[in-house]
Amino acid sequence: MAVLVFLLLRLTPGDPAAILAGDAATAEQIDRIRASLGLDRSIEAQFAIWLGQVLTGDLGQSFYYRMGVATLIGQRLEPTLALALFTLVLSVCVAVPLGVLAAWRHGGWLDRGLMAFSVGGFSVPTFVVAYLLIWLVSLKLGWLPVQGYVRFSENHLLFLKHLILPSITLSFIYIALIARVTRASVLEALGEDYIRTARAKGLPETRVLLRHALANAAVPIATVIGIGIAILIGGVVVTESVYAIPGLGRLTVDAVLARDFPTIQGLILFFSFVYVMVNLLIDLSYAFLDPRIRY
Amino acid sequence: MARVFANWSVRIGASALVFLLFLAIAAPYLGTVDPTLFDAGSRDLTPGQAGEITTLEGDTVKHVFLMGSDSFGRDIYSRVLYGTRVSLIVGLACAAVALAVGIVCGLLAGYVRWLDGPLMRLMDGIMAIPAILIAIALVALWRASLPTVIFAIAIPEIPRVTRLVRSLVLTLREEPYVEAAVSLGTPPLKIMFGHILPNTIAPLIVQGTYIVGFAILIEAILSFLGVGLPPDVPTWGNIMAEGRVQFVAYPHNVFFPGIFLAATVLAVNILGDGLRDTLDPKLAKRVEPE
Repeated sequence: MAVLVFLLLRLTPGDPAAILAGDAATAEQIDRIRASLGLDRSIEAQFAIWLGQVLTGDLGQSFYYRMGVATLIGQRLEPTLALALFTLVLSVCVAVPLGVLAAWRHGGWLDRGLMAFSVGGFSVPTFVVAYLLIWLVSLKLGWLPVQGYVRFSENHLLFLKHLILPSITLSFIYIALIARVTRASVLEALGEDYIRTARAKGLPETRVLLRHALANAAVPIATVIGIGIAILIGGVVVTESVYAIPGLGRLTVDAVLARDFPTIQGLILFFSFVYVMVNLLIDLSYAFLDPRIRY
Repeated sequence: MARVFANWSVRIGASALVFLLFLAIAAPYLGTVDPTLFDAGSRDLTPGQAGEITTLEGDTVKHVFLMGSDSFGRDIYSRVLYGTRVSLIVGLACAAVALAVGIVCGLLAGYVRWLDGPLMRLMDGIMAIPAILIAIALVALWRASLPTVIFAIAIPEIPRVTRLVRSLVLTLREEPYVEAAVSLGTPPLKIMFGHILPNTIAPLIVQGTYIVGFAILIEAILSFLGVGLPPDVPTWGNIMAEGRVQFVAYPHNVFFPGIFLAATVLAVNILGDGLRDTLDPKLAKRVEPE
């Protein structure tokens, strides 16, 4: 894991020369900008300086916003965090019961419906879902605001209202992924001998499903939730863009359009760090989910 | 082969793709006009409305805007049909690049012992970054054009192919026929490409199909976010990006390319599922989800 995080740091700094390609300035101007940004040193020296800064929590200065990248990320964190958490909770609450039910009635209409939905969930792009929902819920029915974001501290109710549609949008693909794996692993657990034993000794079916089947299927489900964080991060970028939410996803797109390389580097580092850390936590949770696993 | 085509998923997916391929190739003969043609007189038409369009030569032709027109007076139907070309090219080219690089890396990692560690750690590093972020960052570095977009989307897919090929090589290298080849003094390159590679084809076809679908999706996302191909190129993502400004008044600008995009990716994924079930039933566990 340590090797992974280290490699990740190594890979993320982009090619500093490309920054200059975006400028229509004279050679002297370029040199001056270069020196002021510390880009005149060798790649190794830049990397060493950058690594030293990152390890002490300094992600550098944004070219475009004229402030520290870490501060910038801190300012934009709230909407993204709220959106991601809403989506995560919504997806798990919908997908796990659906997956269990589909496995329980294997081959039934719910099972087939769910499998069709999961192929669809992978195929229909997030922004198409987003516009479909905006058109239906906001424009035709007028139930929810079309787009935008209100901070939690400003107005709790509006904060919620603005997050409902984006969360539903983003959860589509996540539900497809989690439900599919839940179904497969519960189905596998249901074929085990201890399920027959549990049923034979007359346990209620809900207890068999939850305590015996789902508990034993928990590890793959936790794993796929972790892998899915990558999809969630990609989805955040798109969803925030469609719903005009001023979070980290929007910041990523804006930084790319402005060719603000320190910000792009910082964001990729931040997202990758979150992704790796979540997966590390999930690896650790295996010991809790399955007492046979020890570290 | 007959077994593969007996599968309904393969039939449905493949026929849908053949139809799209036909649309892409025959786009100029299907009642389209130049997809980049501006016509101030026919702006913001709703689907099915008839209008006139003035070509670059100055001729005025009557034209029915089947899917309406955008705020520049460009024909959405023509743009969507020509967009099929870009999507299919990007999808197929990405799969080709990712497979080619992934196969070489996977063979090397699986067959050359000392390369295994460094190569796989590099792949772990790439996989630690969400695919769409790599693509966005690379496009930002290289400036968007067709080849750069293709490479930017293909690179995050390489680790998946590499891992698949490596795992296959690790089992295949212990097979008696490989041992026999080694004992006959066959050069390592010939063993890798002549003896091992042909036995990895089935899972690679399946993985390649999924990459096509994924690449089409990512290309559309990049265009939609405004960091993909230049806005004048008719791609589904670009049409939607331009249509979103007027989404409230003219939702068709977003919905028509959206339907094509969703249908295409769906067809590719259905084909992939069908191929997986018929070519390599064990693969369901081996191919990693995105």
